[in-house]
Amino acid sequence: MAGDPREGRIVVVGASLAGLRAAETLREQGFVGSLTVVGDEPHPPYDRPPLSKQVLLGHAAADGTGLPMRRDPDAEWRLGVPATGLDPLRKRVLLADGEWLPYDRLLIATGTRARPWPNPEEAVLDGVFTLRTCDDAGRLAERLAAGPRRVLVIGGGFTGSEIASACRERGLEVTVTERGPAPLVGALGGTLSKLAAGVQRAHGVDLRCGVTVTALRGDGMGRFVGADLSDGARVEADVCVVALGAVRNVEWLADAGLAAGPRGVACDAGCRAFDMYGIVTDDVFVAGDVSRFPHPLFEYQLLSLEHWGNAVAQAEVAAHNMVSPGPLRRPHLSLPSFWSSQFGLNIKSVGVPTFSDQIVLAQGTLEARRLAVVYGYRGRVTAAVTVNMAKSLEYYQHLIETAAPFPPGPGAADRPLAAELTLPSDVPDSKKLSHGPTVALTGHLPDRRLTVVRHA
Amino acid sequence: MTADTLLERITDYACRPDPYPLYAELREAGRVVRQADGSHLVGTYHEINALLHDPRVSVDPRHGLVRDPGLSEQEQLPFLILDDPAHHRLRTLAMRPFGPPHSPGRVDAMRGQIAELTGELVEGLRDRAEFDLVDDFAYPLPVTVICRLLGVPREDEPLFRRWSDLVVASADVQPGEEAAERARTGRQARVEMGRYLVDLAEQRRGRPGEDMLSAFVNEPDPALRLTREELAETAVLLLIAGHETTVNLITNGVLTLLRHPDQLERLRRDPGLLPGAVEELLRYEPPVHLRRRVPLVDLDIAGSVVPKGEPLILVIASGNRDPGRFRDPDRFDPARVDNQHLGFGGGIHLCYGAPLARIEARAALGALIPRLGAVTLVEDPPPYRRNAMLRGPRHLPIRVGSL
Amino acid sequence: MQVVVDLTRCQGYAQCVFLAPEVFHLHGEEALLYDPAVPDDQFERVREAAAACPVQAILLGEEVGSGGR
Ligand SMILES: Cc1cc2nc3c(=O)[nH]c(=O)nc-3n(C[C@H](O)[C@H](O)[C@H](O)COP(=O)(O)OP(=O)(O)OC[C@H]3O[C@@H](n4cnc5c(N)ncnc54)[C@H](O)[C@@H]3O)c2cc1C
Ligand code: HEM
Ligand code: SF4
Repeated sequence: MAGDPREGRIVVVGASLAGLRAAETLREQGFVGSLTVVGDEPHPPYDRPPLSKQVLLGHAAADGTGLPMRRDPDAEWRLGVPATGLDPLRKRVLLADGEWLPYDRLLIATGTRARPWPNPEEAVLDGVFTLRTCDDAGRLAERLAAGPRRVLVIGGGFTGSEIASACRERGLEVTVTERGPAPLVGALGGTLSKLAAGVQRAHGVDLRCGVTVTALRGDGMGRFVGADLSDGARVEADVCVVALGAVRNVEWLADAGLAAGPRGVACDAGCRAFDMYGIVTDDVFVAGDVSRFPHPLFEYQLLSLEHWGNAVAQAEVAAHNMVSPGPLRRPHLSLPSFWSSQFGLNIKSVGVPTFSDQIVLAQGTLEARRLAVVYGYRGRVTAAVTVNMAKSLEYYQHLIETAAPFPPGPGAADRPLAAELTLPSDVPDSKKLSHGPTVALTGHLPDRRLTVVRHA
Repeated sequence: MTADTLLERITDYACRPDPYPLYAELREAGRVVRQADGSHLVGTYHEINALLHDPRVSVDPRHGLVRDPGLSEQEQLPFLILDDPAHHRLRTLAMRPFGPPHSPGRVDAMRGQIAELTGELVEGLRDRAEFDLVDDFAYPLPVTVICRLLGVPREDEPLFRRWSDLVVASADVQPGEEAAERARTGRQARVEMGRYLVDLAEQRRGRPGEDMLSAFVNEPDPALRLTREELAETAVLLLIAGHETTVNLITNGVLTLLRHPDQLERLRRDPGLLPGAVEELLRYEPPVHLRRRVPLVDLDIAGSVVPKGEPLILVIASGNRDPGRFRDPDRFDPARVDNQHLGFGGGIHLCYGAPLARIEARAALGALIPRLGAVTLVEDPPPYRRNAMLRGPRHLPIRVGSL
Repeated sequence: MQVVVDLTRCQGYAQCVFLAPEVFHLHGEEALLYDPAVPDDQFERVREAAAACPVQAILLGEEVGSGGR
């Protein structure tokens, strides 16, 4: 790959948030070569977070969440056609229509899709939905507007909880089932999950924790009418939303020899993909929800995030590195951060709350639903979550970045008495939850197959 | 001169027209610069911003080691100088008739009125060979607006202006012996002004108008009602903050544009730049220069320790000119991108009235800009007000028709 | 025109809600919701909101393929 990195051919696969921001950044950084963005959805890049919020509330149209461009990236948009293969040796991407797209550098930004209901026959019942795309959201919003008698939400993660919130705000009856002890427990641990459970119940959600859905029932004519639960109960509902987390879109890379698996495509701090032997490539880059990347603040474990902010930040770093010579490349080090709005609460997190053994309520109170919780692991601050207290988050972010000791020092004017007390963080094993976590530490191995190769 | 006299030099009236070289000296001298009088100055952007967001940093003067002996623990203070949770409660209650989530459209709905008022004031300047931008335009606009909003008779302006002057003088950062005396008269004025405003509010009890005093006094839910003392302090705060600051933004705006004819011409040709220009003015010539804080614990700021209770002074106007944050900080550029200035502060005390101030400033500058081509400054620099914290010209005499 | 708010940066200052209340809403005390598709008559207001956001979290622009090139 001799020559000026600002010239040549770049292909981006995945035409959503990470793909668009990367394309813009490539141009911003002076890339003058040819740029192609491939996306399997027919729509130009659009924003997903509103889909479980404004769109379900009827405040925004499902097909109206298009992402604004920072600048026109002057790219060729190949929309509505998936990439189905990658030949890293000959440096080309295979499209579903049979065409091979050659590249000098490639960016993988294929994100995730909704984890489907495991039983395919039940999954196709009319009234059963998942929520990932704007088409999903459009259909679901329409169904909610029609006024179903009850909505069943399977999974009490962020997406499931937001959907339940929208339903209640529309005056719809809603049941949420969660296999774990409380909603959001996989992301926020014990204390805040209890707060979340209380908030849901106070808003009239029929919340069932510690149960799983064993079967979805149809009326014999293909219409969803209810579900059986593991505790023997039966929920009658007209609509079911399966919110069991996400699956990485890596199938198209199956034969590419990259470190791509169910937890994503592993890459280094500079967003360069690893191959299956843990050797870093120099022409294949990764960004967004599909990636797994090492983070120094979390013992260099590979993080996999489903966070909007990460997709943007990582896309920018990847794009910068794609057009910069080695010594000018930058690491992707930004702290994971996330927000969710539900039941009138603004929940924000920074760091990795699940990377913790203890927590402390550092500001505010649970009763007022306005608080800051700080998470620690082995005596240092690793995360913070605020509820309706976003203006404090910056302060805790600084504590995480500087690996400040946990519990954090006293001094906050609105520090509650409870701040004297550290509590166990109570993060359950994610296998025991319905909802997949939106942030996961996935160990140090770039690829599971690596062990297989070694032992063979 | 040594860095430990910076505060004295900054507050010295002689430097009012151009404090910026002193701010540069402050930033050069360090992240935290201890003064001979025991206070600590902070003038770099990132440190100021971090302190504004730090929950261990108080605005309540009663946490200071050195404090005004007249100030009692029980006394009700305005939320400007209260910490959370008391601050949050009062600000939220005060927000109910003014902004979101309860009254999201309130300020937006005033655009028409503000435009009309601006039009009348501009009309009044027509055919004048010379005028004072402050007295004839920049002061009457925000006063009239805040009076209407709160429900205070505009004719009472001479009355509350006197109180307001005393309160503002007492809040200034001015070392010196008269400080105690200024504090005493300031407190006295606050009490009288509060009484006046509560009386006005009481007249509306049961007979509500559209104004905010009416809304406060007629709140049906006892949990959401301000006490008499809270009402007095809040109303005083809003009336003062509402008219002592915007005047400077408008005046500084005109002054800055007249000093930068190329940018004035640019704005005349492209009015779409106006919102950005107002933000740039808030960075480049902010009405509020200094804010006071008190650490609740020993604070480590970029390696220096500021002990608990010692006075911290955030020089926000210096943070706005910090080359460590802004490219070419001493350049006035209405099209500046990434302009996260500190003109309205930051964190939980971020200016309550910022949207109103912005709408007023845009309306004012939007109406004046087309007429500024043919005017000149009578004096440059103009005479300034004494206050170092709320800095702005006392008058801005302008002559129409160049030469 | 489309708008997107970087809610990772947003600190809930609500300046945008004051200035363009038809587009931005507070949900509860602090959570910001908005309609990403900006009607023509709200464009000026959203532009003001974007300029006013204290953390510069608001991006206004054309979407891909809107012919706004
Ligand atoms: C309902 C919902 C609510 C959310 N709310 C929040 C929130 O409140 N806060 C937050 O931080 N995050 C939230 N997120 C997560 C956030 O939207 C994602 O982190 C973000 O979209 C990631 O962007 P991405 O570009 O990496 O991946 P994606 O947005 O998943 O985009 C990947 C794109 O690639 C396409 N693609 C996949 N395979 C192929 C292929 N083989 N060929 C071509 N194209 C392909 C996909 O169809 C998709 O268009 C939410 C997500 C959803 C679905
Ligand atoms: C250009 C005009 C204005 C400027 C530059 C300005 C600046 C500021 C600044 C810097 C603060 C933060 C103080 C601190 O952190 O210590 C503040 C707070 C405040 N401002 Fe303004 N202001 C302006 C106009 C207004 C108006 C018009 C009003 C009333 C309608 C107002 C009401 C307030 C109030 C009530 C506070 C206290 C907020 C709190 O403590 O939570 N301001 N202002
Ligand atoms: S003005 Fe900015 S920070 Fe405030 S609510 Fe709007 S987007 Fe968020």
